[in-house]
Amino acid sequence: MNESYAPPLLEVVGPTSGALLRRRIFTHKGLLIGSTLLAIVLLMALLAPLIAPHDPYAQDLTQRMIPPLWYENGTWAHVLGTDNLGRDYLSRVIYGARISLLIGLAVMVISGLIGAALGLAAGYFGGRTDMVVTFFITIRLAMPVILVALAVVAMVGGSLWVVVLVLGLLKWDRFAVVMRAATQQVRSLDYVTAAAATGASTPRIIVAEVLPNVLPQLIVVASVEAASAILLEAALSFLGLGVQPPLPSWGLMIAEAKAYMFFSFWLIAIPGTALALLVLAINMVGDGIRDVSAPSGRG
Amino acid sequence: MAPLLSVSGLTVDLATPRGTLHAVRDISFDINAGETLCLVGESGCGKSMTALALMGLLPNSATRRARHLAFEGGDLANVTPRKLASLRGNRMAMIFQEPMTALNPAYTIGDQLIEVHRRHKGSTYAAARERAIELLEKVGITPAGERLGQFPHQLSGGLRQRVMIAMALMCGPTLLIADEPTTALDVTIQAQTLRLLIDIQRDLGVAILLITHDLGVVARVAQRVAVMYAGEIVESATAASLFRKPRHPYTRGLMASIPIPGRTPPGERLGSIPGIVPSLIGEVRGCAFRDRCAFAFAPCAETVPWRVDNEHGWRCTLPEVPAEAAA
Repeated sequence: MNESYAPPLLEVVGPTSGALLRRRIFTHKGLLIGSTLLAIVLLMALLAPLIAPHDPYAQDLTQRMIPPLWYENGTWAHVLGTDNLGRDYLSRVIYGARISLLIGLAVMVISGLIGAALGLAAGYFGGRTDMVVTFFITIRLAMPVILVALAVVAMVGGSLWVVVLVLGLLKWDRFAVVMRAATQQVRSLDYVTAAAATGASTPRIIVAEVLPNVLPQLIVVASVEAASAILLEAALSFLGLGVQPPLPSWGLMIAEAKAYMFFSFWLIAIPGTALALLVLAINMVGDGIRDVSAPSGRG
Repeated sequence: MAPLLSVSGLTVDLATPRGTLHAVRDISFDINAGETLCLVGESGCGKSMTALALMGLLPNSATRRARHLAFEGGDLANVTPRKLASLRGNRMAMIFQEPMTALNPAYTIGDQLIEVHRRHKGSTYAAARERAIELLEKVGITPAGERLGQFPHQLSGGLRQRVMIAMALMCGPTLLIADEPTTALDVTIQAQTLRLLIDIQRDLGVAILLITHDLGVVARVAQRVAVMYAGEIVESATAASLFRKPRHPYTRGLMASIPIPGRTPPGERLGSIPGIVPSLIGEVRGCAFRDRCAFAFAPCAETVPWRVDNEHGWRCTLPEVPAEAAA
């Protein structure tokens, strides 16, 4: 059985796919910058008790409103200064990374699971399933996230987990819309039919054939949604309905600092910068992963 | 011996916004083990729908009916989804027209080949991998071991079609349905692929249902031919008999439309069949070809008899169509 029917084709076998992937990752500037930033924030969050110079909750009213190091009367004891209650700002920023990342990740997972499942089902089965899912999406889109979140938080009271749950149950719409469209497109391709022709079951086709091919879109939506959940938490906390003080949430820090923004600009600028950098990093990583992993982009 | 695949009275209707489209209308044919049957016809005549109907892969908008549909002696018309899944890819396999989209871009070809074998044969990874290498070598892909780790986008169209053929053969099927396997390839690769199919058929004894619009392909590979027009089989014969003496005016028109290198003088007009294929939406009565046929007369609008002469069957009102058929 070893003789060959057709003349062998002399095509050079290229570098292995692993090497190609590594090359794509290490030549993608956005991905490198984004993941470095994200890694820094992640490390900050994980190692917060080890690297924070002070207790983020310890107040010292004799030490309030010390400006950061680069100002004239800055001190090494409080590199980023202190806030209106004399708490060390650097420590609070470091601990704040925990809240932001936790919110971003948890909301992304909850809403991603709901949205991806609905979108895949609607796109794959079409017909009545699609109608029902589209109806749910329409209902969901008719509800303004901030207002619903405000209402719910106002009713049950604000806490970290209430914020996570409310945002997770509200933010699946984009997942569903994008996954539905992507699935519809993939579903009509020959390899899905071909998989059925080789005897694959429907759940298997959805999970093993369709999902990997819509993963790039899913990753992009997930990164956008994680970033937007972080911003929403900041917004809710700023409005006083998110994470409750004295937890060091970046949004809450901005809210607490708004009274002093004309005199102590850094109190708003520091958590604001941290927030902006984190959101930027997440978006860059999402785009980067999409670029290096997209199977369709290689065909 | 009972035929490997027996199709009787197969009908496929498609629901469209403008009404029911009768894509396949009451067709019957048999395929014996190890035989090649070509289903020929122009675009939209129902060839692909027939293939999909046999595999149970019709789109949701389609309904299939059949008086009798049997494969390997078992009923195929009322089979459970589980049983059907165990046949597909295992006993009956399919090769698609478009090799560029028929392989999943997210997996290496090795993963895809091995998975089929493991699913149906319950084999170990190593055994399935060995089988994959053996078949890749068989279809002329070397070095097979390295190719297994490649993604579809790293292969050319011809190579992908060979991978498709290898994948179809992984479990040793008895029936191979090939839907226009060479249409998307360029001519030299077409010839190689056909050669490959012929050799595989000779050596492995697989029955092939080859769907094509290319009479040149038919002439090279077919033992028997069924000509489809507007969802119906209009002529069915052995390849030799069909090419020697086509009976149906449509078949004759098709053959008159092919240029023959060396014999057709340059610049001469090729034969063509006047008119267009009738719409298959709504009820279709009588001979669907009558509007384009030079010999049509009133009875053609009525039920058309199936005529048989020595295993050569055709559907025509006239008992014998005059020889100068190509209008």
